[in-house]
Amino acid sequence: MKLDIVIAGVGGQGSVLASRVLAQAGMAAGWEVRTTETIGMAQREGSVVSHVRIGSQLYGALVPDQQADILFGLELAETARALMKLKPGGVIIANQGKVVPASVSLGLSVYAEEPIRESLCRTTKRVMLVDADALAMEAGSSKTVNVVLLGVLSALAGLPFRRDDLLQVILESVPKKAVAMNQEAFERGRKIGVTFHDRK
Amino acid sequence: MEKRLLMGNEAIAWGAVEAGVAVAAAYPGTPSSEVVETLAHLAPEYGFHAEWSVNEKVALEVASGAAYTGARALAAMKQVGLNVAADPLMSLAYIGIKGGLVLVVADDPGPHSSQTEQDTRKFAAFAKLPVFDPSSPQEAKEMVKAAFVLSEEFHLPVILRPTTRTAHMAQDVAMETANLPTRDYRFEKDPKWVIFPSLSYKKHILLNQAQKDLAEKFSHSPFNHLVLNPESSEGIVASGVSYNYVMEACETLSIHPSILKIGTPYPLPSQPVLDLFAHCARILVVEEQEPVVEDQLIQMAWKEEAKIEVSGKQDGRVPREGELNVDKVIAIIKAFLRQREPKDLAQPPHARVQSILGTMETTEAASAVEAAHEHSFELPPLPLRTPVLCAGCPHRASFYAFKEVGRRQDAVFTGDIGCYTLGTIPPLDMLDTCLCMGAGVTQAIGMSKVEPGRKHVAFIGDSTFFHSGIPGMINAVYNQADITIVILDNRTTAMTGHQPHPGLERTATGPNPKPIDIQGIVKACGVEFVREVDPYDLKAMKEAAREAMAYKGTAVVIAKRECVALVKPEVKYVVDPKTCTGCELCLKKLGCPAMAKDKTLVVIQDNCSGCGVCAQVCPQNAVREVSLR
Ligand code: SF4
Ligand code: SF4
Repeated sequence: MKLDIVIAGVGGQGSVLASRVLAQAGMAAGWEVRTTETIGMAQREGSVVSHVRIGSQLYGALVPDQQADILFGLELAETARALMKLKPGGVIIANQGKVVPASVSLGLSVYAEEPIRESLCRTTKRVMLVDADALAMEAGSSKTVNVVLLGVLSALAGLPFRRDDLLQVILESVPKKAVAMNQEAFERGRKIGVTFHDRK
Repeated sequence: MEKRLLMGNEAIAWGAVEAGVAVAAAYPGTPSSEVVETLAHLAPEYGFHAEWSVNEKVALEVASGAAYTGARALAAMKQVGLNVAADPLMSLAYIGIKGGLVLVVADDPGPHSSQTEQDTRKFAAFAKLPVFDPSSPQEAKEMVKAAFVLSEEFHLPVILRPTTRTAHMAQDVAMETANLPTRDYRFEKDPKWVIFPSLSYKKHILLNQAQKDLAEKFSHSPFNHLVLNPESSEGIVASGVSYNYVMEACETLSIHPSILKIGTPYPLPSQPVLDLFAHCARILVVEEQEPVVEDQLIQMAWKEEAKIEVSGKQDGRVPREGELNVDKVIAIIKAFLRQREPKDLAQPPHARVQSILGTMETTEAASAVEAAHEHSFELPPLPLRTPVLCAGCPHRASFYAFKEVGRRQDAVFTGDIGCYTLGTIPPLDMLDTCLCMGAGVTQAIGMSKVEPGRKHVAFIGDSTFFHSGIPGMINAVYNQADITIVILDNRTTAMTGHQPHPGLERTATGPNPKPIDIQGIVKACGVEFVREVDPYDLKAMKEAAREAMAYKGTAVVIAKRECVALVKPEVKYVVDPKTCTGCELCLKKLGCPAMAKDKTLVVIQDNCSGCGVCAQVCPQNAVREVSLR
């Protein structure tokens, strides 16, 4: 067994937490795990890609191109940027929300929202584009976007860990006063995830 | 056995704790910082000393002092930090140590966040010191412990060199019991600790002798292992993290060459290599950065008169620049296997190494992912997401003020290492140079001596100032340089993850009762023009910039304001759509990532940290403060 997940987002969106909890859930189920991040030099605002591998007989942490079973995107354009990691027929779980970089406001580049969405939908049939920004706000904070999407992921069939284990690890990793909010975010994501699953 | 999810650097720290480390010292630098960060966390509980030293040379000397007494000590740094610590290291190799001394140097092939891709394994060979090259956090932890034992056996410092992919990889790591350091260390007086030329000569003989003994010792090290396939005449040798890529590539390609994993690249263990020679006609060496293993292997083949074809960096098969990964290694191995076909073998090998161009072509070929795209996708243009200074970063205000003042004077702005290097990015376009820690000040001095009519302004961060800025400043005063030094004092070492420095009220492990006052140092060094300003106050900042640049001689401006990553905003700013004329001056001049364009007007987003600088730039007074309480 080997499950490869690539997480794409912008610094400050909690991709490192997402990769850590996925790995910990995998460990709780008795698997070997590997994670790593590619972070630019900025503290915030830069692209961040995390790699998570769960399974047996693992070597490095970097997921090769076209090998990710799941592409997990916290931000729309960043999801597209990591598209070459997705395996043919793989699953995309992504936030349709955007973080518009300063370069766009300055007129140095463009954010072509519709074409980006289309490129995601064209690549694989199994795309779950979610308005995670809105769901996170409903749960109580824009900071829970990552947990909303983990909830969506938890609805997938055939994961190598239990949904409850994933939720528990998440709740153990967030500050005490944010536990209820994160649980709420996870459940909201999960509900949406189930609807995607039903459609399939 | 308990398992924990540990990053390579955390695993190294735990390895040191399990080995009973008594002193750990470091200057932060990506990708090494988490080693001593973790140790600082554990120090109070396990009763050892952990510190952020002011620079890498100091860190290594502190650790070696402890090791002279018989204690186990560790120093950590990034690869370019070793350049700063090279002086004590080279001499320590001669003088030796008593307690185990492990030097963790994290390399950064890529590079992701460094000035160079230098290979610390090569540095180890230059210093004639043994080096371990871990392929995973688990192995890194075991290697730290083995390194302490080896260090004590040979009385030499031992280097552990993770690369970014090990240092920042997290894995399920098996935990063992921690050992508390004992307390009865004692420095025994002995002339052997005093490095005289006559002693150096004698020690050099011993050091050279140790090279052979170490290679012999490493022949039996569990970190090197050979899996022979008697059916195959081909072998692959892989050092450190490259081993992972080779194993995964062989799995993907369903091939079974003999594989020699190297965990101690210098000195190269002789026995497993000789065993490989005995079985193989062709060997591929896969390693990142320099051909450290490959060159030693070629030497060995030559000495043994082994009839082996060696492929790697010397024939351009494996790229010398950048990181490897599974995709690249698959392409490399495929090309290596293809080469054995008779028609290829007929090709003279020098055709491949003839020219730089030839090497580059092969390098490119190797780095190109084999284009077997099973599904194709076209990407629309994606927005540029270059790293930028945070919304409300005080450096942005400092740069803006100096830019406004210096613009008409054709001033040169030299830079240094830190978040503020991002000041080069548009629209600020500040900082005309960046070389290495401390060079902003000193290069400005050099320029000022040959461009007398021009203004030279050096920017340096607070942590960098303590690291290596002070000697430069003293040099400026002593040699009467007409320059302005701007100390961007944001009260932290921001870029590496907010470590403290001597100017702050805390150390690595607790409170610092005597923070060192930067202004006091500047004055004590004889600088007569000193201004301390809050960069958020643009008017005052511009005034200070103007005066400093008009001053004849060494002038210092201290721009003091905490890094926004450390404070919670109490206010934020909004643009009044009725007053805003859509001139976009604020946006175009500052490039704050909290500002965005909404049709014709400028809007301020949630990530505004409330610095209020844009409000001072707006000519219409359209930006207003709102309380967040
Ligand atoms: S006040 Fe203006 S410059 Fe400062 S963070 Fe907010 S938007 Fe950016
Ligand atoms: S972390 Fe601090 S110093 Fe670095 S860019 Fe952000 S505000 Fe500036």
